[in-house]
Amino acid sequence: MSMRRFTMPRPWLGLYALAFFAFLHLPLITLAAFSFNSSRFTVWEHFSLSWYGAIFRDPQLLEGLWNSTVIALAATAFSTAIGTMCAYGLWKRRSRVITGALYLSLVTPEIVTGISLLALFQWAFRWLGWQLGLYTVILAHGAFSIAYVVIVVAARLRTVSPQLEEAAMDLGATEWQAFLHVTLPALVPGIVAAALLALTVSFDDYVITSMVAGVDSQTLPMVIYAMARRGASPVINAISALITAVFGILILISERVREA
Amino acid sequence: MKLRSWFLLPAWLWLAALFAAPLAIVLSYSFLSRGAFGGIEFPWTWESYQRLFDPLYLAIFFRSAVMAAAATLGCLLLAFPAALFISRARRRKYLYLQLVLLPFWTSFLVRTYAWLFLLRDTGLINTVLQSAGIIHRPLPLLYNSGAVLLGLVYGYLPFMVLPIYATLERLDPALLEAAADLGARPWAALFRVVVPLSRPGIAAGSILVFIPCLGAYLTPDLLGGGRIVLVGNLVQNQFTTARDWPFGSAVSILLMALVTLAAWRYLRREAGDLL
Repeated sequence: MSMRRFTMPRPWLGLYALAFFAFLHLPLITLAAFSFNSSRFTVWEHFSLSWYGAIFRDPQLLEGLWNSTVIALAATAFSTAIGTMCAYGLWKRRSRVITGALYLSLVTPEIVTGISLLALFQWAFRWLGWQLGLYTVILAHGAFSIAYVVIVVAARLRTVSPQLEEAAMDLGATEWQAFLHVTLPALVPGIVAAALLALTVSFDDYVITSMVAGVDSQTLPMVIYAMARRGASPVINAISALITAVFGILILISERVREA
Repeated sequence: MKLRSWFLLPAWLWLAALFAAPLAIVLSYSFLSRGAFGGIEFPWTWESYQRLFDPLYLAIFFRSAVMAAAATLGCLLLAFPAALFISRARRRKYLYLQLVLLPFWTSFLVRTYAWLFLLRDTGLINTVLQSAGIIHRPLPLLYNSGAVLLGLVYGYLPFMVLPIYATLERLDPALLEAAADLGARPWAALFRVVVPLSRPGIAAGSILVFIPCLGAYLTPDLLGGGRIVLVGNLVQNQFTTARDWPFGSAVSILLMALVTLAAWRYLRREAGDLL
């Protein structure tokens, strides 16, 4: 669709768009560019990879990276399984309570999610005698990313015809077989996209994590955040550029799978 | 039991154990008293809610609402022309949309840190201005409400562009031709036809930006340097440093109520559409 007859001063709009995209992208591009600067100050000296080397000599960053990876993988498995099942269940029959709760969980401010899960864990620990740790972070991440998974998988389900399952059952398949062999294969791209989304959401989260993490479960965003609060450092530029690159690759994979 | 009921079972468990239970605990804590060592004690009391009316805390809520409204307005002003540009592009429309979405997919923490890197005293902007001889001492760009506003606008801009783009894309070009035939100049057609017709997109985008901004914690903490206290920071402070869980819970409940109220109409429509 075009609006050929509708002519606003076109060059101005084009110029504006240029400035708009520059505003959106230049901060991240300069951030990444200065991660290759040999000086620790914001004056360009010469090209260097020393800040990337510094990442791998910082035990806190490495531990955070490890913890974040473990948490993201476990939380993704948890939320992708529950979210996919939920989307399929809702496709079969609507449930206003579950749908409402999913949307409410999406609009809940992160800090409120964080403190309410903290309150739950502390309350449960009074009887159990456990402590905050990696597994509380995994539960928290799994809990808040379920809504994202449901939305992505439900979007995919809308392209699937319910008659296919009915046809399979008319031909003698059980309800379970119809799901497993007819609907599930059609959902795979949506499930992969949802899992990658859950992975990035978990890997990125600081606010909720900082409330429910134990002393031994510092994640990468928590380490970066503590460094950033102390002041900027080229090491953060380097790790930021790395995270952006890894996220970018994950999203590219997700787009490819979704289009397939 | 039918198969579909089994499929919804984990979701019900999630809803009960990890969504409703935590909120119920916070709700009950908000009616309890603070113990001598920061714990929670009986008796039941309204005290935490009464404290919300302290001018100090009302000011924080007011400041958060103003900040969220300003960020929403900022996003709207920046996003509308961009959405118009993309919807009118004849080529590379997909590329432009991807360019809007790209920062949305990168880490929120990294995007916020990028502004810390640019705005601080020894950051890029101050360094460039100083070496050009325009200024002699660094401008105080960071750790003020301007920096927080900038961070919020930057962080949530894609949320505004996409819904506006979606309504502009559905706009019937015949309406614009009619406006032009009837003698409307381009700018008049823009403000009297295009803008009013894109109101659904503007409303959706505003909700999507306003809600996270109202409960923002990370941006005011990082770019405000702890000097700009919004509701999110108040909640965090009560649960950590101040250790007044009942009051922190009351603040959270009020914040939840405001957010749900703001989202209510949108939630009802969207929830029906999407799931």
